[in-house]
Amino acid sequence: MELEEQTSVGEVLVRYLVRAQLRSALLMTGLLGAGLFGLPLLFYVLPSLGDMVIAGIRLPWLVLGVLPYPFMALLGFWYSRAAARHERDFLHMIER
Amino acid sequence: MPEVSVIWTLGGIAVVVLATFAIGAWGSSHARATSDLHRARRLVREERNAAAISGEYLSAASFLGVAGLILKDGSSALWYPIGFASGYLAVMLFIAAPLRRSGAYTVPDFAVVRLDSPWLRWFTTAFVVVIGWLYLVPQFQAAGLTFAVIAEVPAWAGAVALLPVVLASVFSGGMRAVTLVQAFQYWLKLFAITFPAFVLFAVFLLGGSAQERLNAPGPVFERDTSVEVETSVTLQVTEPTWLRVTGTRDSPPDPLKTSGTADVWVKPGDYEVDAGSALSFPAGAAVPVVAGAEADNGSWMHPGSDDSASLAGTYSLILATFLGTMGLPHVLVRFYSNPSGHGARRTALFVLILLGTFYLFPTVLGLLSRLFTPKLLATGETDAAVLLLPHAMLDNWLGALLAALTAAGAFAAFVSTSSGLVVSVAGVVSSNFQRVKNWQLPVLLLLTAVVPMGLALLVSDQDLARSVGLAFAMAASTFCPLLVLGVWWRRLTAFGAAAGLLAGGGLVLAALAVSVVRPDAGGLFGELVRQPALVSVPVAFAAMVLVSLGTRRQVPEGVSRMMLRMHAPDRLGFQDDPRTRKPMPAKESGGRHRR
Repeated sequence: MELEEQTSVGEVLVRYLVRAQLRSALLMTGLLGAGLFGLPLLFYVLPSLGDMVIAGIRLPWLVLGVLPYPFMALLGFWYSRAAARHERDFLHMIER
Repeated sequence: MPEVSVIWTLGGIAVVVLATFAIGAWGSSHARATSDLHRARRLVREERNAAAISGEYLSAASFLGVAGLILKDGSSALWYPIGFASGYLAVMLFIAAPLRRSGAYTVPDFAVVRLDSPWLRWFTTAFVVVIGWLYLVPQFQAAGLTFAVIAEVPAWAGAVALLPVVLASVFSGGMRAVTLVQAFQYWLKLFAITFPAFVLFAVFLLGGSAQERLNAPGPVFERDTSVEVETSVTLQVTEPTWLRVTGTRDSPPDPLKTSGTADVWVKPGDYEVDAGSALSFPAGAAVPVVAGAEADNGSWMHPGSDDSASLAGTYSLILATFLGTMGLPHVLVRFYSNPSGHGARRTALFVLILLGTFYLFPTVLGLLSRLFTPKLLATGETDAAVLLLPHAMLDNWLGALLAALTAAGAFAAFVSTSSGLVVSVAGVVSSNFQRVKNWQLPVLLLLTAVVPMGLALLVSDQDLARSVGLAFAMAASTFCPLLVLGVWWRRLTAFGAAAGLLAGGGLVLAALAVSVVRPDAGGLFGELVRQPALVSVPVAFAAMVLVSLGTRRQVPEGVSRMMLRMHAPDRLGFQDDPRTRKPMPAKESGGRHRR
């Protein structure tokens, strides 16, 4: 199959790949938004959460000072696996 | 600071400068032509590339500014480091691999290859220069501050002293050498912040009074303290106290402005203090804080948004830092030195891990500085917290050693970020010329560095992390929509891109102008003037999409081919890039679809 020559099938396959990649990226953004960027709103709506103490550390300092970094690295790791998988699927499809 | 430790500290800075040059000289040929500056000579290993990106990225705002803001604003300032790091997640999710495969390594290049529009090149170049300068000004200010704190020289002297070091490091290295130097600087900065943080935290825990200090209602002066005010501030007094004022100007209704020395009884309220005054507090007095800072420890510990305006401000900051990173000139260039799109994603992941590790420590130092250097709250020089904390906690040789280490780390932070920015901004400008004459590049490099230095001397200093936040807002409102839509949306046109840049960039510049005229505007308006991304980013995206739809005939012809090139797996080799297109052995021909 000649992807370069813009056959309609090739075009569809590329569109399909781009959509799959974008979906994964947006999913991760959504998880980041819900898991991390939702916190200011949460503390605004439920101020009493800010006074909770876990293991001697105030909750806000724990969830804002420490946890965001492993969380973001985890999301990044998931995404890089998902993106590589989409690319493999694409290769399988054109090699058929 | 005692005489001995000034020498130690200056010695530490000298070691950093010498080590930087030694590594640069060891790994470099001289950068004479544009191509040398640009061409990150291929295939830098991902881990090292990530260390170099992190080393270049961790600026004065990260090293000094974050701890300073935490001292002042408490847990709500934690959004700065989170935002600074999260930008790399956005880079990874939306642009790292496609941009690498597009073959463009600056935004103007991307505008040309993706939108097939030579005039857009100059247009985007102008924004690269603006963003670069916005980011460079606080670096020079921070250098001024550092020297003012450690050697007690005027602030301008430090800014001027940084210039030759930056220029020398720029002129002495090609990209390969710079990669090595920047990677070294990451590990240096990490060490310079972790080691003091561990030692000082241990000192704090062993000191015994930990719980007592943490539970105090607000910061207090432990012993009789005299505070010299260098720049005019508005102080917020919460507990009535006696204090002795030594002022330069008589001003009857203002109790804290006096000529000569007077003992005054101040009631809670806001007071203006002139630059050059000195205030002496008795032991046990509550520390007055600069207006806007959290005065009592309760609200300092608590995430700060009890009103909706500051909630909007927080989200505006999150948006600016999350989306702004991808538009910073010195960030993009480095992703080009990855071998493949997949490699670019892995590099971004490593950067995220390296930055996350670093940012745990300014937080620790910011917390400690609230307990041990509350005096900075009264002078407003909170950015100096990391530099002064070791001495405030340990009055011996170890304190002097740690102070020298943090100062050296701070200096590494300015040098690496400034030289990375100068190289990439000058590189972008010069790549617009067909042929660069031998004398032109040095002149460009010089201009790129001298203008922001001049601006740094002119404008009054704000909090470092905040002023850097404005550069992020600018990048998020201009280049982020251009790159994201360019990578994912076929129907983007050059006119749409230009409209978005004008709308987003214009709004940020307008906000900057308003914030200069009315620096203490309050409420939602004030928050958005100081950090406009919440408005300017959606407007930029909307303008780009709407104008593109209105000019749909201008969609470049080769767009399908370009989408294929950006998104197709590396193995197919559509990148038009001889570096990565490995000659395929015949038996593996199944992976290759071009003849």
